[in-house]
Amino acid sequence: MAETVVKRVKGTVVIAAERCKGCGFCVEFCPTKCLELSGQYNSKGYHPPVLVRKDDCTGCDICGMVCPDFAIYGFMKKKEKERAR
Amino acid sequence: MHDDSGVLTGAHFIDGDHACSEGAIAAGCRFVAGYPITPSTEIVERIAERFPFVGGVFIQMEDEIASSIAIQGAVWAGKKAMTVTSGPGFSLMMEHIGYAAMTETPCVFVDVQRAGPSTGLPTMPAQGDMMQARWGSHGDYGIIALCPNSPQECFDLTIRAFNLAEQFRVPVLLMMDECVGHMIERVIIPPAHEIQVFKRRYYHGPKNELLLFQPDKDLVPPMVKAGEGYQIHVTGLTHDENGYPNMTVGAQAKLVTRLVNKIRMNADTIIDYREDGVEGADIVVVTYGITSRTAIPAIEQARKEGMRIGHLRLVTAWPFPEKRIRELASKVKAFVVPELNLGQMVYEVERLASGKSKVELVPHAGGTVHNPKEIYAAIKHLVKG
Amino acid sequence: MGEDALYTIDNVVPPNPIENLLRMDRIPHIWCPGCGIGTTVNCFVRALQTSGLDLDKVAIVSGIGCTGRVAGYIKLDSFHTTHGRAIPFATGLKLANPELKVIVYSGDGDLTAIGGNHFIHAARRNVDMTVILINNMTYGMTGGQVAPTTPISATASTTPYGNFEQTFNLPFLAESCGAVYVARWTAFHVRHATKSIKEALTKKGFSFVEILAACPTLYSRRNKLGDGLDQMIYFRDHSEIKHGADTKTVALDFQGKITVGKFVDIERPSYQQLMYDHLKKKLGDQYIPSPEMKNVYGKNGN
Repeated sequence: MAETVVKRVKGTVVIAAERCKGCGFCVEFCPTKCLELSGQYNSKGYHPPVLVRKDDCTGCDICGMVCPDFAIYGFMKKKEKERAR
Repeated sequence: MHDDSGVLTGAHFIDGDHACSEGAIAAGCRFVAGYPITPSTEIVERIAERFPFVGGVFIQMEDEIASSIAIQGAVWAGKKAMTVTSGPGFSLMMEHIGYAAMTETPCVFVDVQRAGPSTGLPTMPAQGDMMQARWGSHGDYGIIALCPNSPQECFDLTIRAFNLAEQFRVPVLLMMDECVGHMIERVIIPPAHEIQVFKRRYYHGPKNELLLFQPDKDLVPPMVKAGEGYQIHVTGLTHDENGYPNMTVGAQAKLVTRLVNKIRMNADTIIDYREDGVEGADIVVVTYGITSRTAIPAIEQARKEGMRIGHLRLVTAWPFPEKRIRELASKVKAFVVPELNLGQMVYEVERLASGKSKVELVPHAGGTVHNPKEIYAAIKHLVKG
Repeated sequence: MGEDALYTIDNVVPPNPIENLLRMDRIPHIWCPGCGIGTTVNCFVRALQTSGLDLDKVAIVSGIGCTGRVAGYIKLDSFHTTHGRAIPFATGLKLANPELKVIVYSGDGDLTAIGGNHFIHAARRNVDMTVILINNMTYGMTGGQVAPTTPISATASTTPYGNFEQTFNLPFLAESCGAVYVARWTAFHVRHATKSIKEALTKKGFSFVEILAACPTLYSRRNKLGDGLDQMIYFRDHSEIKHGADTKTVALDFQGKITVGKFVDIERPSYQQLMYDHLKKKLGDQYIPSPEMKNVYGKNGN
């Protein structure tokens, strides 16, 4: 019935670096370990996370759930589509 | 039988506590939370009996602290609400009188005073909570306190207490005492249409323009209730007009000054006192509550003997009729202040007399009322002196 | 750029899906780095978003303390009340307008020490409300004093030689007083906690969700337990999910095993349903409930 199916789900994160307090929850609990704390500082002197392994991010939003500062969230993108057989 | 609005129109032979319950119903109160304590319990007992017939909700809470905050939840849900207690319970409610003052939650606290401190004399009268009524909660705030001296006034002033609470968005304290609470007299309850009830002022403007604590000209902001989609925030912290905490010196000065001024600047419309023979009097007896009735035989006796005695009865204890006492101070020789305590309201009279006239307290530690002879003796002593 | 444009580390802050329920003009919040309270707010907001509740009819009530600040950040009708008194305030709110869904969100000290009396009585009466209790095992706002939830032997500023007081087992307390829904999770269990909060929100009666969250500044550091992340890892490594566990067995001790899960989910008529049904039965047509009472409770039977 379906016109299309999602072949591969890929995700990404949005980071509000200025809100980050550098607790590291997102880095530690990311299921695919695609985040790291940046070497850079935000204006409060914390190291916000960066998405270092972009292809590994599934957009599962665990980072968004654990982040106590509402500074990151993930979402899924429908990356590639192909016709159903 | 009560009419559709719940008002029990007619002549009744009831005590002050029951009259207070009927006053609350007539004023539109539909939420009462209370905890049993002598001598106020009859008020909640009657409410518990009557409320199921008039669309009200009564809950006996686990203590007075809970009662005094539950009513404020009910007010923010849109009801008129009251709690009822006596001395020890009144002490427990102090923090929430402050919360109601700070969050401008209109509600009524009834204190049927008994002799204290602590458990004191649970079944016997006193007027020992008068300064606590004014200053009991920490910090600065304005307050209104009324003192009925009869069951009829318990009815009338309970309605006025609700009206003032709504008009100024303050907690209003009905300072009864055991004598007035348990005194049985004729009480006339008028038809509902003759009873003036102040309708709560609500904000109806657009959501994005709402400033929850933005006052009108009378320094009182209109109310918003929960469940209307306004997403209000109410806090006991020092807050801005939008309701959000703002813990700065400036915000504190602005908010607290207004909380005090909205009572101070409207004092003339709030203050109520009754005078009898005050013009041309040498001595004015200042009374409130049950003491206003024990003073009458003393005043009459003195008048019979040719003394010129006036009687000023406080109906509102707070705000205090400062102007009037100041005015009288330069006309009369002395004030006599009988109280069922060892000196509370007398300090207000003294402050305003400021040396221009003598002020004499007729103290009584409570447990019963004054013997009128004691009040007479004080009058006579001053006339001679 | 394309997709990468969604990823930003500059000062431009794109909206987070929870932002429609946060008072963004009050963010950043006051909580310390590594504090778990913000994490629980994520769970709560996501639960609320999927609960199907009419958000205009949802009110949140907090007491005083770090968790007491939650009400001030949530874009609902929100009430920051006095210390310990969120539950009786919420009781008044709910009784006066049962069309509201009332949520109490506060801390362990607030709800079970100074507010303990109200907690047990609201559970006993089965007042229709959801209580979300964030247990950080200490008084954070005032500087890390001992709480009824501080584990035995833990150090607090008022137990400098260690705590020797018996610790409250909150799920057991809630169940024995009559709560109809009792669950416990930690700030690590974000998905589970979200699901439990959602269940609690749609449950009739007194529902209770305890969430353990680290207080890195005043509990973890004083007890040499590392930072917020170390505590989250402890939650992950020492928690055992046991749905339906006997709440007598789920007491907490110092850095020991944490039993989490949904422990109680039973049916019992709420306080107001009982009030309505009882008065209707006793007084018949003479009973005049408030219009809101009639709307909400008049439908079931009678």
